[in-house]
Formats: sequence, structure tokens, C-alpha cells
Amino acid sequence: MKPIDDLLYEMKVILADIPAAVKAQKNQGKKIIGVFPVYAPEELIHAAGMFPVGCWGGRVNISKAATLLPPFACPVMQSITEKCLTGGYDMLDGALISAPCDTLKCFTQNFKKTNPNVKAIYCVYPQNNKLEGGVRYLYNELKKIGKELEELSGSKITEQKLQNSIRVYNENREAMMEFTRILSEKPGLLTPSQRHTVAKARYFMDKEAHTVLVLELNEALRADQSHSNPNRKVLLAGIMTEPDGLLQILDELKFNVAADEIAHESRQFRNPVPQGIDQYDRLARQWQNVEGCSVVYDPGGKRGQHIVKLAKEAAVDGVLYCQMKFCEEEEFDYPYVKSALDEAQIPVLNIEIDPLSFGREQTRTRLQAFIEQLEIRL
Amino acid sequence: MSEAASLTIKELVQKLTGDYYEGLCNAHENGKLVAWCSSVAPQEFMEAMDIEVAYPENHAAAIAAKGGALELLDHADKQGFNNDICAYARISLAYADLMNSPIQDLPRPDFVTCTTNICNTLIKWYENLARTFNVPFILIDTPFNVEETVSQNSIDYIKAQFVEFIHQLEIICKRPFNYEKFDKVMEISNESSKEWMRAMSYAAYKPSPLDGFNILNYMALAVCIRGRQESVDFFHAVSDEMERLLDANESQFKGEQNYRYMWEGIAVWPYLSHNYKTLKNQNAIFVGSVYPYSWNIQYEHGNMDEMARAYSEVPPNRCLSEQIKLRTSIMKDYKCDGALYHMNRSCKLLDMMQQGLRSRVYENTSAPYIVFDGDQADPRSFAKAQFETRVQALIENMEAEKNGIEVKN
Repeated sequence: MKPIDDLLYEMKVILADIPAAVKAQKNQGKKIIGVFPVYAPEELIHAAGMFPVGCWGGRVNISKAATLLPPFACPVMQSITEKCLTGGYDMLDGALISAPCDTLKCFTQNFKKTNPNVKAIYCVYPQNNKLEGGVRYLYNELKKIGKELEELSGSKITEQKLQNSIRVYNENREAMMEFTRILSEKPGLLTPSQRHTVAKARYFMDKEAHTVLVLELNEALRADQSHSNPNRKVLLAGIMTEPDGLLQILDELKFNVAADEIAHESRQFRNPVPQGIDQYDRLARQWQNVEGCSVVYDPGGKRGQHIVKLAKEAAVDGVLYCQMKFCEEEEFDYPYVKSALDEAQIPVLNIEIDPLSFGREQTRTRLQAFIEQLEIRL
Repeated sequence: MSEAASLTIKELVQKLTGDYYEGLCNAHENGKLVAWCSSVAPQEFMEAMDIEVAYPENHAAAIAAKGGALELLDHADKQGFNNDICAYARISLAYADLMNSPIQDLPRPDFVTCTTNICNTLIKWYENLARTFNVPFILIDTPFNVEETVSQNSIDYIKAQFVEFIHQLEIICKRPFNYEKFDKVMEISNESSKEWMRAMSYAAYKPSPLDGFNILNYMALAVCIRGRQESVDFFHAVSDEMERLLDANESQFKGEQNYRYMWEGIAVWPYLSHNYKTLKNQNAIFVGSVYPYSWNIQYEHGNMDEMARAYSEVPPNRCLSEQIKLRTSIMKDYKCDGALYHMNRSCKLLDMMQQGLRSRVYENTSAPYIVFDGDQADPRSFAKAQFETRVQALIENMEAEKNGIEVKN
């Protein structure tokens, strides 16, 4: 059994030089498809023999993006746009872009201008995802996307290939869900940064290779007896936990992430593709099962219930609501999510996340105060 | 001569608005249901079921125009809603909590419904309304048209939602859907859209008999009573009035029409009077706007494919190239000398593509433009001085263009 640190190191190396990881895929003859937030039918890219790479921006200095966007554009959009305009995505052969919010609707259009040489493929998911008409709509959209990807790759997406890709992705999802369960049961084994590393590495590795590492890691974590019933167990809610500065403070203050419902993390892998005969129908039905997400129609307020349930299951001491700056979808949800948590007597702290401009000391002070609040409760 | 026929257009607007609110506010007493609904939604289905419909966007705009926004925005802040959120939504959510405002109150809804053709923000806003009132929420999702045309796949999806809408209305109203009335309402709604577009098109005359700021008054009726005969008659009356003004060589605009401009984006409701006077004092008339096109919902009567397409094709739901095409044609058809672009702090959908929009419209028309910061309903996001300075610059540039001096934006 490999040591936990060695397994994490393999993922850290990838994240330390993402362009190199992408280039390595390109050198294998694979075409690179950028997968932009929030959701995308990645299995189709995989089945077409191409490499999907996550494009969620990152920390950049905004210069050229300011010529296209007002300063109140969400930082994810700003950093992605900056990268679009400064060659950060030049390695892409194609881009798969969804439009789950108004800002990202605009991105579908701005991308045509910023990256005219990259083939843009759009996946506008139906918001009425429970309705059979929504499933049929998505089924047809996925078929169209499949064809566009086939043209781009020159490789046909057969039922068999797609079935295999769904299996590969479902195995990865299962491994990741098991990973989060282990950390929920045995918090303290990994720091918040380490936990994030495992979730983030999914975006830049072959899913098969990532699954192998996560399975090994799960085995090592299960076998590890070193943890001691730690305090400061939290659930992370929101779009992203980056910048790294936030995670470093969580590490320093010895928070333990016992669960998350982060869009960049577990919202990506908590819904397996269901069983079925028609592979495209299976992908469409997966979307039908998505709920409790800020960018998907949620008339019954399932997100609030989901966060409370997750928090109770993981027996967290509190919830950190990582509010992505200027993200209306998350801002609209906060008051009722907070009410649901208040009712369940679970403390919550709203921290503004701005990957472009991180207020380190202010965040640290607020987190320290939150710890005091949690300790008073104990 | 009927009472309505003897009224001026302004009096008619007041009368019809009053009648609409009277019907709405007495709905429950009269045994009718009330829906809260987004402004460009398929009202035909609800009108067919005799449901009285309130429009929170109109209500929020009216509150802001009457100077009542701050109190409600402050309450929304206390409710935990971030200042970044659309100000219409914040005003509306605060109002839903208090049910008290400086203007006409709305009755509590029996259900809420919205259509995503103007933005996805509505989904989050209406989720909160549905939670506040503990009532059903029916969503009509019109996928954003990333390409030029509305796909048949989108149309089929929207139609499937129409079927579900009918089903839900039957459950909520506890009676079968009234297809006979639906048929009539579709006919009226189409007629109303045609008359609306005809009336608004008088702004294309030079000089214009129509003062573009009046579009903002008439628009409220296009939103609220589009499915009723009164709207057809009203827009027809506006056209008659325009004909009369043309014959008399007069205009609603009481000033010199030296400069004609397109106003892009939602009005700055808290400063409407200021904006109007600033531009009027410069002898500039508002003639070009996307507003008329947002309620130009025309389809072959009874054709559900076309109805679905019409609701999906409203300007904010279209790709950038179509939006550019529309503004370019407005600038040309309405003979605009320049344009004002409202960088509206509330509306991400209108803002995040705006740079691409204005630069391409400028390439197509060579007409100067200015951008100003503002907000549709939050008065704190607008500065009079900035607006005045930018307008002055626009006037200078339009004047220079008239004198043959090329202005580079």
C-alpha cells in the first residue's frame, strides 16, 4: 500500500504544472476539450477519444478582460475571460460550454469573439429537468453535441464506447463519494487543502488514472488509525473554495472538511449516471436526478434540506458558505439556506470568495471568530 | 362617443392602469386566483383561466420611480439578500415579506410563474417568492439561443412545458382548461402585439410625433393587459393620436428634435425625470429602443410551435449576433444620431455582452455612443453628474458628426 503522502504527491505534481499535464495529453495525440463551468457531459468527450480539461479560471491579474466585462462580473468569468484573451486556452481544440446562469450565457457569446479558432460546442441544459419534455430535449441536445465532438475528433462515439466512458466516470464518482465518506467518518486524516487537491486533480488527469489513485488513497485512509476525533468539523457550501489562500487558512486554523456541496467539487460527482439501455438517455436521466444546486431550478428548496442533511450526517460543527463574489445564484440561496441551518441549530459563516482579490487577514479574523463561536457552543 | 374615446392618451393610461389594479386587487373577493408572473411570459394561459396576474417587475419599477426603493432595499438587506442581486428582485422580495409599499399594493399570489426568456435570475427570485408565500411555482424554461435560430428541439421542449402549464393550472384552479377562451385570448394577444408595434413605430418619423419616454408608460399596459381587448383598443388609440399629431405637424415631445438617440437597456426608474430633462434640455429625443420588440409576441393564431418560438425569440434570449442585428436596424430605422448604453448594475445578462454589442453596432452605424453607470431600481448606483457629463459628450459628438467631423468611439 502506497503511503498517503505519495498518493497525494502524484496529484499535486499534476496541479503544480497544469499546462504540462495538458501538453502530455496532447503529445499522446489526444485533442483537448476545455470544459467550462458548471456542468458538461464529459463522458461524450471521453468516448470520442479526447481529453476533457477543466477551465474554471484561476488566479490571474485582470487586464484585458476589463475591456470586455464590467468590474462586477463574477471572478470566475473574469479570470476565464482573461485567459481567453491572453492565450491561456490556446492549447484547446474545442470548448464545451454550458449556460446555467446569465453571466455564462454571455460567455457563450463572448467566447466566439475571444477564441474564434477554438470550436465551441454548447450544452444549454434544461432548467425544467424533472419534466419528461426536459429529458427529451436534453437527449436531443446530447446527440447533437455527440455529433459535433465526433466531427472534431474524427472518431465515432459508438454505444459501446459511450457505455464504457459512463462506466469509467461512474467508477470515478463512486471512488470520490467513498473518499468524501471516509473523510466524513474519520475527519482529520487530510487537511482541507489536501482534500481539495484530490477533487481538483479530477479535472486534469485521465479519469481512469485518477480513479486508481483515489481507490488507493481510500484504502490507505481506511487503514490509517492515526486520526483523533478532531473538532472544527465543517461543511463547505458554494461554487469554489479557491483561491488557495482560503484553503491555507483553513489548514492553519485546523479546520476539518467533513463534507462539501461545492459546485467545483462534489456537485460534479455526487450524481452517478443511472443504469439504462440507451446511453444518451442515461446521460439525460442523470441531469433529471440533479437537485439541490444553485444553478438548477429548485422550486422545493431542496438545496437547504440537502445541506442540513449533509451537515447532520457528517456531524459537522458548522457550515462555511463560500459565497463566490457577484454570483447571484448563490446570493439568492443564502438567506433560506441560513434559515434552514438556524432551524437545525447549525452555525453558518458566510465568507466572500474572490479568487482575484483575496482578503487574507480579514478572512482569517472571521474564521477565528467563527471558531470561538463554535467553541462556546461546545 | 364612449367614455374611453373622449379621454386623452394620458387619461386612458391612467384609467386602464386603474381598472387593471382594481381587478387584480379585488380578485380574491371575486373568487378569482392571483398569479405573480414575469413580464414576458405566456399570459394567454392564465387569461384563459380568468386568473388575475400581477407583475413584480412592473411593481418594483413603479416603486423605484416613486422614490420608494430605498426602504425596501434596506429591508432586503436585512433579510440577507446581497446588494449585488438585481434590485427589482430585492424590492420584490422585501415587498413579499412586508406586503406594504408606497404604491398600490398587490394581493398575495396563489401561485407564481416565470419564463427564462428575459433572464435566469428570475428562477432564483421566484424560488424565493414561492417559499415566502408557500405557493406552487411553475417555470417555463426557454433555453438561451446560443445560435441565430430557435431550434425545433427548444420549441418542442417549450411546448411540453405549455402542456404541463395547462395541467398545473387545471390542478390549481380545480377546473378544466378553457380552450375556447384560450383561442380568443391568443387572437387578442396577437392583435395587441401588432397594434403595440404599430404605435411604437411612429418614433421612426422624423420629426417624431412620439416621445420615446412615453413608451415606458405604455409598456406597462403591454405587460399587464396584452391578452385583453382593452390593450388592442388602447394601442390603436395611440396610433390614431400619432396620426393626428403628424397631420398637425406636432409632437408629444415639447422641444427641438435636434438629436435622435437609442436608449439601450432598462430605464433608470429612480431618476427617470432627471434623465428625461437632461436629454430634453439638450434637444435630444428618445426614439430607438428594444422595449417595443420585447412585447412583440406574434405567432399564427393556434400554432403552438410558433407561440413557443415567439416567446423564445424575445431579444434578451438571443445570441449576440442577433442582438447586434436588432440594434443596428433600430439605429437605422429610427434614424438615430447616437446611442446611450446603460451599464445597469442589476442586469448581468444585458451587461456582460454589452461591450461586444456596442462596438459592433458602432461599426455598423458609425453613430457615436456613450456608456453610463446606473441601476434600474437602486438609486445608489447612479450619479447624476456622470450621466450629465456623458450626455453632454454624446451631444457634442452627434453635433460633430452632423458637421461632417468623424468621431471615433
